[in-house]
Amino acid sequence: MSLVARHLEDGGIPTVIAGSARDIVEESGVPRFVFTDFPLGNPTGKPYDVEMQQAIVSTCLETLERAWEPRTTIQTPFVWDDDNDDSWRAQFMLVDESNRETLAQAGDDRRNAQKAAKIQGKGRE
Amino acid sequence: MKDRRTHRSYVSYIDKSREYYGAQGYPQAYQWSYNCDVPFTVPAKPMSECRVGLVTTSFFDRSFDRDAVAGSTDKEPYAAKCDDALGGLYNKDLFWAKDTTHTEDLDSYLPINRLRELESRGVIGSLSKRFYGVPTDYSHRRTQKKDAPQILKWMIEDEVDVALLVPL
Repeated sequence: MSLVARHLEDGGIPTVIAGSARDIVEESGVPRFVFTDFPLGNPTGKPYDVEMQQAIVSTCLETLERAWEPRTTIQTPFVWDDDNDDSWRAQFMLVDESNRETLAQAGDDRRNAQKAAKIQGKGRE
Repeated sequence: MKDRRTHRSYVSYIDKSREYYGAQGYPQAYQWSYNCDVPFTVPAKPMSECRVGLVTTSFFDRSFDRDAVAGSTDKEPYAAKCDDALGGLYNKDLFWAKDTTHTEDLDSYLPINRLRELESRGVIGSLSKRFYGVPTDYSHRRTQKKDAPQILKWMIEDEVDVALLVPL
């Protein structure tokens, strides 16, 4: 998505990305980024929290209007868990002794599926 | 709220995914996009006169799930009426925190209703009648040479002034 933002901006359309994968977006280098420190999935606010969604979208519009140079990152004030439970950070894409074997097996299965897909001619040009 | 920490707070998805796929036996880490120069265009008019275009990584078609295999997507970029997305889009094949949250509320990842409210209050000129979908392709080349130019073409057709991009 960062590459799309860069292309649109180059083509004359100002852009802002709303997202939660800060390192991926900032490494790619985008004009404007509104970062909410949430688990991936709800970049414009918690489900059914209309007020929060409105605030994040408004911040995006303000950033579009007011940023004066590229790589402008604005972080919204929202936290995922009111009790400060940060366990979602470690849980996502967890790799430890409890799942190493399962992951290795999943990798093998995936590669076999990819081989099969290639033989069937699937995939984009 | 703790005001001191020994580690950076936000998650590094570049680090996590490298370790995760390494554990799955992929010898070569994914090469993420990295750029020093960043383009920049200033909006030509006030937001209250701008038409806003929304870009998502979610799709309509639920059949992608069946054949979802990393690096071999059949997805193509698309443009569709915002009205047609109100029932929700499909994204279970994408990487997001499915154990922690859900995407049952469209506006948590594609804020069509929120932008329409802002349109009715005059904060933006309008929301483009169409929104735009782009595949999360592993290939930088396809995104840069094929998908992004197609999204730009549609936005110019729809007279979009500014774009809000919302990757899941």
